[in-house]
Amino acid sequence: MPIKTEPFYLNIGPQHPSTHGVFRMRVMLDGEVVVDVEPVIGYLHRGIEKLAEGRTYTQNIIFTDRLDYLSSMTNNLAYCMAVEKLAGIKVPERAEYLRVIFAEVMRISSHLMAVGFFLNDLGAMMTPVLYMWREREKILDLFEMVSGQRLLYNYMRIGGLSQDVPAEFMPAMKKFIAEMPRYVDEYDQLLATNEILLARAKGVGILPRETAIDIGASGPVLRASGVKWDIRKMNPYSIYDRFDFEIPIGQNGDCYDRYWVRMQEIRQSIRIVEQALKQIPDTGPIRADVPLYIRPPKGEAYGYIEAPKGNLGFYIVSDGSIAPYRLHIYPPTLINITALRDMVKGWKVADLIIIFGSIDVVLGEIDR
Amino acid sequence: MNLLDQFKIWLVSMGWPGWAAYLVPAITGIVVIIAFVLTVVIVFIWWERRFLGRFQIRTGPNRCGPEGIFQPIATAVKILLKEDIVPEKADKILHFLAPIVVFVPILMLFAVIPLSEGAILVDLNVGAVYVIAISSISILGIFMAAWASANKYSLISGMRAIAQMVSYELPVVLSLVGVAIVAGSFSMIKIVETQNIPYVFLQPLGFIIFFLGALAEMNRCPFDLLEADSEIVAGYHIEYSGMKFAMFYLGEYGVALAYAGVITTLFLGGWQGPLLPPILWFLIKVMLVFSLIVWMRATLPRLRVDQLMSFAWKGMLPMAVINLILIAIEVLIIPHSLQWAMVMLNFALAAVLILLFSRLFTLGGGRVEV
Repeated sequence: MPIKTEPFYLNIGPQHPSTHGVFRMRVMLDGEVVVDVEPVIGYLHRGIEKLAEGRTYTQNIIFTDRLDYLSSMTNNLAYCMAVEKLAGIKVPERAEYLRVIFAEVMRISSHLMAVGFFLNDLGAMMTPVLYMWREREKILDLFEMVSGQRLLYNYMRIGGLSQDVPAEFMPAMKKFIAEMPRYVDEYDQLLATNEILLARAKGVGILPRETAIDIGASGPVLRASGVKWDIRKMNPYSIYDRFDFEIPIGQNGDCYDRYWVRMQEIRQSIRIVEQALKQIPDTGPIRADVPLYIRPPKGEAYGYIEAPKGNLGFYIVSDGSIAPYRLHIYPPTLINITALRDMVKGWKVADLIIIFGSIDVVLGEIDR
Repeated sequence: MNLLDQFKIWLVSMGWPGWAAYLVPAITGIVVIIAFVLTVVIVFIWWERRFLGRFQIRTGPNRCGPEGIFQPIATAVKILLKEDIVPEKADKILHFLAPIVVFVPILMLFAVIPLSEGAILVDLNVGAVYVIAISSISILGIFMAAWASANKYSLISGMRAIAQMVSYELPVVLSLVGVAIVAGSFSMIKIVETQNIPYVFLQPLGFIIFFLGALAEMNRCPFDLLEADSEIVAGYHIEYSGMKFAMFYLGEYGVALAYAGVITTLFLGGWQGPLLPPILWFLIKVMLVFSLIVWMRATLPRLRVDQLMSFAWKGMLPMAVINLILIAIEVLIIPHSLQWAMVMLNFALAAVLILLFSRLFTLGGGRVEV
């Protein structure tokens, strides 16, 4: 007698250990095989875009912290750059260097979390995460030194930074950057040749180059698919044209490549910070002379940067008042997860989890 | 001579009636075994937490008592005080029975594990086969729990349980037969007594296969698919709380202790060892095996379900068969006095076979067209 089987729906999330927040997936399963997946978002919606219309340009900086809360500094940077573009503000040299240093260290921290939790999704029992938290902890200490906060820094200001770094910061940062490559080598030694990691991640969840371009993916997800696209190189904002670094690209666009690209980007970020620490002027203003209530001229501006997770953009429309008329956020991970269904179809439940983990989403950014 | 038999003879010589002389030693033995198991399990829970902490560059629990030794007791009290929740759509009877069906066979395993010379509840002449037979019953309990919970996550876990445990039973049995061939008996006491050279040296490949199979049987990393917390949250015990959950929790460590004991008995020479008393040697070896298990848990990611199955059927099963045939031939042609030659030969064969398989063998399928 043939056994009658039929696909069934499984609800994963919003409360689930590996949905990285409050993401929800309605997954249609045929046994263990994923037939279809329907992402459901919006559980963390706070209406940031609307709230921003009622606050001044400076007050809005705190909202940007709460987008991708694992990389607050780069969010600050993207927003401040959009407003500076709109108001035509020139940022002092020293502030530019400090911004680049913070953005790149933030990228290291964000990638450490991404790789660590990717391994956790693979079932590695918290060990890789805790090793990576060891270094992230040092980064958080550095950020605490300058901003007083450990997660939501609210440190950058329109036209520069809120305050100069304390005297003990530069030696601490140099020490961290000097020892970081050794730790990255340690991760590579522990992870890169692990048979189970290779068996689980190689060839799994392939995002073809064409699809990646079609959906507008960005960041490590796009680069893992073999597209050499990095806004820091293609459209150098701030002072990125002064640094020498490479864009690591993957070949297959599978989970392993996304992991590998992130590890390489950590190394490149260390290079950038090393150069920035050499070139930075010792003294100088850290903020342009901007009024408390900035009134940009009527018009619109779009500022975008290469955030750790991809192309983060802020589109601002000004009506000449102290608050933006409209603030729109272009979040990289929302665009990147649109490829999820194509990537997971036909794979197993376990693969669904790691493919989702390899995209590296933060729900604060998707739901805004 | 079995200690319990001596006790029985002493009772009879004291003038006790026959039925009491039979019953009292039996009950004493059972109580001692259960007390032993629960005590060692508590030490295991503590040791796993502390040892795992070392791997994960953290301290682990260190507040309850010296070095956190009372933390498992605090955990037990916490679990006991929790509300017992039964899902509305659950099959109430099966949901109640499942933890018992999981836990009782695990306790029964200890009947044939010799803790020390003569310290064994019953010296069955088929002790090793008894271990395999009884440990399979737990699978039934796990599937009962998974099915009765009326939860899709636990259902997936139940399906995995059946597939995984049935597949890994075969290589485990085959590598056990290798031991039995050399020892000439299935009796656990006999197996220990014949180990002049521990069988881990005499049959390295058999040890590896048995150890990996045992890992899968007790759902330990990297084969912990049944409770894969990043995928199916907690698997079969997702809908359990309170005392019923405690049974699963104890069972998990109990089976780890049982298999560590079986591996010690079969491959590491059981209670034998110089200088220290036998029971201490047994405990040291059990702790070593358990530490190895914890080490793997701290280090390795998890396999996928199809990779797990192909590893069992395409990797471990053929290797176990080859191992068995080679052992049988060696026992026939190599005289007993030349056992050291067998050690050399078997290490070489194990290295060649593992290398060969790692080259020729790919794990699992991949994408399925849907």
